[in-house]
This record gives sequence, structure tokens and C-alpha cells, in this order.
Amino acid sequence: MRAMVYRGPYKVRVEEKDMPPIEHPNDAIVRVTLGAICGSDLHLYHGMMPDTRVGMTFGHEFIGVVEEVGSGVANLSRGDRVMVPFNIFCGTCWFCARSLYSNCHNVNPNATAVGGIYGYSHTCGGYDGGQSEFVRVPFADVGPTIIPEWMDDEDAVLLTDALPTGYFGAQLGDIVEGDVVVVFGAGPVGLFAAKSAWLMGAGRVVVIDHLEYRLEKARTFAHAETYNFTEYDDIVVHMKKITDHLGADVAIDAVGAEADGNLTQHITAAKLKLQGGSPVALNWAIDSVRKGGTVSVMGAYGPMFSAVKFGDALNKGLTLRMNQCPVKRQWPRLFEHIRNGYLKPSEIITHRIPLEHIAEGYHIFSAKLDGCIKPLVVPNAG
Amino acid sequence: MTYTSDKPPLPETTEQLRARIPGWGADLDPKDRPSVPKLRWQEDRTGAHWDFPERQPERWPRERSIEHAFLTPVFGTSCPPRGVSGALRRFSYRRFSEGRAAHWLLLLAADRVDAWENHLRSFATARPDNPITETGVLSEFSRHGFSSRFGKKRADAGHHLLDPVIVAGPWVLAGGLAYSGVRAALRRRRR
Ligand SMILES: NC(=O)c1ccc[n+]([C@@H]2O[C@H](COP(=O)([O-])OP(=O)(O)OC[C@H]3O[C@@H](n4cnc5c(N)ncnc54)[C@H](O)[C@@H]3O)[C@@H](O)[C@H]2O)c1
Ligand SMILES: [Zn+2]
Ligand SMILES: [Zn+2]
Repeated sequence: MRAMVYRGPYKVRVEEKDMPPIEHPNDAIVRVTLGAICGSDLHLYHGMMPDTRVGMTFGHEFIGVVEEVGSGVANLSRGDRVMVPFNIFCGTCWFCARSLYSNCHNVNPNATAVGGIYGYSHTCGGYDGGQSEFVRVPFADVGPTIIPEWMDDEDAVLLTDALPTGYFGAQLGDIVEGDVVVVFGAGPVGLFAAKSAWLMGAGRVVVIDHLEYRLEKARTFAHAETYNFTEYDDIVVHMKKITDHLGADVAIDAVGAEADGNLTQHITAAKLKLQGGSPVALNWAIDSVRKGGTVSVMGAYGPMFSAVKFGDALNKGLTLRMNQCPVKRQWPRLFEHIRNGYLKPSEIITHRIPLEHIAEGYHIFSAKLDGCIKPLVVPNAG
Repeated sequence: MTYTSDKPPLPETTEQLRARIPGWGADLDPKDRPSVPKLRWQEDRTGAHWDFPERQPERWPRERSIEHAFLTPVFGTSCPPRGVSGALRRFSYRRFSEGRAAHWLLLLAADRVDAWENHLRSFATARPDNPITETGVLSEFSRHGFSSRFGKKRADAGHHLLDPVIVAGPWVLAGGLAYSGVRAALRRRRR
């Protein structure tokens, strides 16, 4: 089968690989029909995530058709069209039993501090991912769901990570009616977080980025008020100015480990790997939110320490909330919102990249060329 | 105003927001949201029909965090550790918990070693690594690399200049070393 393969920092290619075998009675093998590249994949691509091995296939956003099931699989059969949450989870450990699917304790021997994620380094369990023709799906009775008849494939694939994560980010902000919400980052996660904040009753939604074309999308798609941080000497001061010097009630970090805006932070984190991530956006969130406010962190950071302004968070009495998104927990409500026409996730898709051109896809998305917001990956693009 | 007790006014009323934004307020009740409460008992076990999952066979010694009691019943089987990078990785897992910086720094070092072990190995195959095609850098020409950056107020354009140095630098260095190595060997032979 054809599969994307990591060859070292900034380098990927497509290779002929063996079909993934059934390793466990509750495994399924899924033939991928549509995948995507996530902002999280960029952290792997840039060599920031410890234990990212040459030869691994990335990809944790995918949908497909069940090709084969293990002897213990009861809820799926060959030919089912399924969407697969990016989390791998068992359904019965202490955490899964309490709906913390992203924190499953039975799927990642390499680390206790993170659950299992498809194609996301050995630190997240050492599973190959879905930027490929076929993928092994563990706990087939627990994770995947049959795609409803009425749902578009392009909406379904965004439901495996980007949309639920943005929505979850807004939820962790504990938004109440009339709140002022500021979202850092106008990538897929930030756009969906901004859009979701309105569903929860936000009175004002502000989005910050430095890419004009993405801010444009934040205005049209997410109905947000936007600011380009490069136009201000100090974006934190500007946030205070536009909120009567109170600060926002809720701030959402949808940027993560490679945040720009401070060269020292960016270089020490993204280039030199001396900290788990560049906390520029996180620090801006901490400083922009009002005292007693909430910071919701969706941006991903590596397992090492990062230079976070913890004192400010303490002195301001902030609530910091964060997690990897437990995707399946969000689905029933998000299905409803899509059906009601409140959310149309596929509107953010800008590129459909044939699997064979995956190296260009990574470069375009990483360097933010050609107006790229969300690239899909199409296996067997003919 | 912030210096008094009133909440600053919002630019739009609820009615205006409802009219402008499809779905505004659909999830207004903070208690009626999918991730509330944070810990929520799952009666149906999300489809699982076991108390503890059957164990996946361990086909080679699988490295694991020493913070785990045992090898988890299910695990990934991509890229078993091999070579020098594999030895570094195994040592890091065996010796240091996730709480130790040494654990992660060793793993990061092993990643760099792994890349070079594989680059070298690839030269003995029909498909050597090719930094031009594998970085996708040619899309700079087909996908408006210049106009995507020039004249835009982008904060990242500056350090994009570093990327070619980070990627190509080691290759140029390795090429140079290989070249002078070969030349020195030839010279020694001629003498
Ligand atoms: N918690 C989760 O479950 C989860 C799931 C998916 C993605 N993520 C993480 O969310 C983050 C965003 O993902 P994405 O797919 O939207 O990625 P992306 O790279 O497309 O978006 C990041 C955006 O942040 C902008 N940015 C950079 N520095 C900034 C700053 N200082 N202030 C404001 N904006 C800044 C970039 O220009 C870019 O538009 C990543 O870190 C990703 O790993 C987390
Ligand atoms: Zn992701
Ligand atoms: Zn579990």
C-alpha cells in the first residue's frame, strides 16, 4: 500500500509499505478515503515532538471504509463507512469510564501523561496514522462511528479532530452569556473555537493572528472581530484598550508550540528544541484575560517545560483549562449543529492534496503558502 | 467601566447577535454542554464489552514508561527501535521517568541520530533520500512562495529563511566532509 512516511525534520515522502496486520481481536483495518493534515502534524514535521521515528506514517484525521475486522469486533463489519476520532481509547479504564477518552490509560505504553493518538510519534503510543491507503484502528468497537447518511465526507473528516477541538476549546472557556472571548490563532482550531463561542452565548468574539488571509476567514466564517498582531506594538495593551481595560473574560490559545511574535521564544522552542513549545500566544492569553477569567489551551505543547508566565496566572486568579480533545464525546451535539446548519466545517478547506504529493502538502501548510487554511489528503487521487 | 463596578457595555444586543450569527446561543446553558461535568460516568462503556482488554501479543520487547505498572494491553507497532538511536531510546525509557528532562532530551537526541542513520542507510538503496523532493520546497514556485510572503505583515517570514539552513546545512556539511575524506584517502593511496 502507499503511505506517507517521515524521513526526518522537514522531510516526508510516499513509500510502498506492508498492509497493517490485525494485532488484537478488537482491531479493524480501515481503507482510508479521505484524510487531512493538522496543525499538530507540523510539530512532528518540524522535529519538535520527542520520539518521532523515521518511517512512521502520520495522520490522525481520517475517514474510510472497514476492510477487515478482528475476531472480537461486534459493532462494525466490512464495508461500513466510518469516521475515526483522533484519540485511540479502550472504553473501560478509569479515565474512559469517566468520558476522558483522550486520557486513556490502556493504549500508550510510552507515556502516562498522554493517551493514544494515530500517527503521532511514539510519545503518543507508536501507532501509524491515516495519511495512507490503509490504517490499523484499535478498539474498533469503541472509537469509530458509522458516518450518517446525510453527512458530507468533507464535514465528516473535519469532525475527527479540528471541529471538535475548536468546540471543546470554547467549552473549556466556560463561556456564559455576554462574555468577551479572545481567540489566539486563526487556523482551523481557532476558527472553529471562535465560531463555537457564539453558540455558547459570547457577546463579542475577537480573533488574533498575523496572517491576513486567515483573519479574513475569521471575519467571514466565524463572524469575528480581528486584529493582526504585527500591526500593534504590543497586542496585550491593545486588548486592554478594546475592553475598557478590563481584559477579555475568556482567552483561548489555538496556536500552540510554534507560536510566532517573539523570535527568542520561537527559535528556542521550534528551532533549538530547548523548551516544550513557544508559549508566546499562551502568555498573551494569560495577560489579555481579565483577573478571575479563564484561559482555555487547545494549542499543543511538547512534554518538556515551556517558559509560561505562571506568576501572572496566579496573581490574576485565573482558571487554566486544557486537554487533548475527547472527540467522540463532542459528536452527538456537533452532528446536531451541522444538521441545523449552525456549523459547516468544510467551508475552511482550501486544498485537496493527492497522497502522492504529500511533501508539497506539508510544505504549503507549514509555510502558509497559497492561502492555505486546511489541506485534505486524498489517497488514490487517480 | 472597569474602575467602577459596572461591566463594560457590549457593542451588540442579544437580538442583534441572534439575527447576525446562525445558532447564536444554541448552547447557552453552561450545564448542558458535552464536556460538562468534566468527569461523567459512561454507563454503556462507549461500546466496549470487556472489563480489561485482551492483551495484544508483544512481538518484540516493547519499550515503556517506568511510570506504567506494565505494558499496556494495546500499543503501536510502528518502527521498532534499531541501531544507535534504538539503543538511546531504550535506555531513556528504562532509566528516566517522564518527569525527567533527561528522558525527553535523550529521546530528542535519538530522533536526530535516527534521521542520519536512515539517510545513510537510504544511500545503499534504490531510493536515496532527496532533500529537494522530500521537503516539497519546489511548491515555493508553483504555490506562490513569493507573493504569499512579500508585502504581507507576516511574523514568520524572517525565520522561514532559517529553514533551508536547518535542512540543507547538515547535508552540505556531510557532503563536504565526505568529499574531503575521499580526497584525503586518494592522496594517501597515491603516495
Ligand atoms: N488539544 C487538542 O486536542 C488539539 C487538537 C488539534 C490541534 N491542536 C493544536 O492546536 C494548534 C492549532 O492547530 P491548527 O490546526 O489550527 O494549526 P495552524 O498551524 O493552522 O494554526 C495556528 C495559527 O496560529 C497563528 N499564530 C502563530 N503565532 C501566533 C500568535 N502569537 N498569536 C496568534 N496567532 C498566532 C498562525 O499564524 C496560524 O494561523 C496546534 O498547536 C495544534 O497542535 C490541539
Ligand atoms: Zn490534530
Ligand atoms: Zn481507556
